[in-house]
Amino acid sequence: MKACEGAAPAGITLDEVTVRYGAHIAIERASFAVRPGELMALVGPSGCGKTSLLNAINRLSDLIPGCTVTGNIAVGGRDVRAPDTRLTALRRQVGMVFQLPNPFPLSVAENLRFPLREHGVSNRDERDRRTEEALRAVGLWEEVKGRLGQPAQALSGGQQQRLCIARTLALGPEVLLFDEPCSALDPLSAGVIEALITGLKGRYTILLVTHNLPQARRLADTVAVCWVSEGCGCVVESGPCGVLFERAAHPITRAYCGGEVG
Amino acid sequence: MRIDGARDRWAAALFASASLMIMALPLLMLVEVVGAGLPRLSLEFLYAPPMDAGRAGGIGPMIVSTLAILAVCLCAALPVGLGCALYLAECVPAGSRAARALGYSLDVLGGVPSIVFGLFGYRLFAIELGLGFSILSGGLTLACMVLPLLIRVSEEALRATPPSYRQAAAALGLSQGGFLRRVLVPAAAPGIAAALILSVGRALAESAALLFTAGYVTRLPDSVFDSGRALAVHIYDLSMNVAGGEGGAATTAVVLVGLLTLINLCARRLGQALHRMQRA
Ligand SMILES: Nc1ncnc2c1ncn2[C@@H]1O[C@H](COP(=O)(O)OP(=O)(O)O)[C@@H](O)[C@H]1O
Ligand SMILES: [Mg+2]
Repeated sequence: MKACEGAAPAGITLDEVTVRYGAHIAIERASFAVRPGELMALVGPSGCGKTSLLNAINRLSDLIPGCTVTGNIAVGGRDVRAPDTRLTALRRQVGMVFQLPNPFPLSVAENLRFPLREHGVSNRDERDRRTEEALRAVGLWEEVKGRLGQPAQALSGGQQQRLCIARTLALGPEVLLFDEPCSALDPLSAGVIEALITGLKGRYTILLVTHNLPQARRLADTVAVCWVSEGCGCVVESGPCGVLFERAAHPITRAYCGGEVG
Repeated sequence: MRIDGARDRWAAALFASASLMIMALPLLMLVEVVGAGLPRLSLEFLYAPPMDAGRAGGIGPMIVSTLAILAVCLCAALPVGLGCALYLAECVPAGSRAARALGYSLDVLGGVPSIVFGLFGYRLFAIELGLGFSILSGGLTLACMVLPLLIRVSEEALRATPPSYRQAAAALGLSQGGFLRRVLVPAAAPGIAAALILSVGRALAESAALLFTAGYVTRLPDSVFDSGRALAVHIYDLSMNVAGGEGGAATTAVVLVGLLTLINLCARRLGQALHRMQRA
């Protein structure tokens, strides 16, 4: 399913990244790296700029009027804002899953086939094969194989979210950005998604935004903690999961990860 | 909802009677027109040519002219209108200065009296472009007239689609063209159909703008370069210029209302079909 089977997926490096909306600074001078195949959890209170940071990595921020990004962001060692970066290629390499499931108002199967067609998979059998493969990868195939032609909107919230993950996986990404993928779902569906992400670990480089600290602890190799001070967000500390939860250096991290504030 | 006090009760009664009156008025008009026009309605009336200046005979040529003018109008207005609406919805950020200015000018254009469009169409299509009094001149003039409304309502429909569709398409690196064709336009199809219905209604009801452009010859047109009389022009002529033409005018009005209802039904069906088709 991946673009280059066998080889390690691309890593992410952020160096002094600042995201502004007009004059308002959403997150300032964020620096961290997610190594190839690693899962980093990005935690922190609402409004500290986690979503803004994710949007800067796949350049969805280009679409927001007034949004400017400074600093350096590299995926697989390549600057995402280099003039020769093709947006379609970048967004195929870096998949994204949102808080609210956002399937297209198409059939279940067409939600995967349509992006595949757009990305130049012109052979119908090949599209169907990759559709099935992706739906199997998210454990949805058995549930929907009898109703591939029905509207995706008729699926449950959890199934829709898995469909969106399958839609992203079908394009063969190396990096996955998850923006609170479980927080709009019931606990049972959230558990299914969490298990699914666990299964994806290692094969993809994953940046996961979550409010659920126990979940971060269960899933993450490394953790980055964001905080808001004086109206602008920043990354206060990042490092291996164990270190941040047991022996954090920064008092904010100690308080937040220890469950005292936030 | 609970209503306290005598003053509130009075206000409620006032509003209720006002809305009843508003509903009753068009109903009364319809009953009046149908009552006066239905007795003369027959199959022959629908295809026979008029006789004795429309006091006798039928309205066959006018139905053909009306449909031809409408077809020309829609063929010109739909692609241009949908294109403009797509441009406005996709490329002009909502609430920006450009969006406000463009919206305002469209609203002003939409409020311009049809007779002004008639004079404009006469000058541009009939004289400057040499199309003369013809179905083509009339249809193109009507297209100009309905465009502001068509654009505005379609733009609203496009903007009302959930932003999550666009977000998903962008995150997947889809082309804008593919997204528009496959997701956005089908999702907005019912709203675009509503815009179409409003435009058709306005075009069918128009007489002033057509007097100067399509003309009022009652002959069956051979081509779009011939002059032709629309149903609304026929109604106007019978009731204003022909003594004893009221009966014919009422019957023609019944046909016009019937035609309008039929087209509305078709457009609505079409919108829903498009909406459903995209899932396949
Ligand atoms: N489109 C936008 N325009 C202006 N300000 C925004 C926009 N999106 C987010 N912000 C602001 O940026 C800050 C960070 O937001 P966000 O990245 O959504 O945080 P988080 O995902 O951590 O909750 C907030 O103060 C928010 O108000
Ligand atoms: Mg967020």
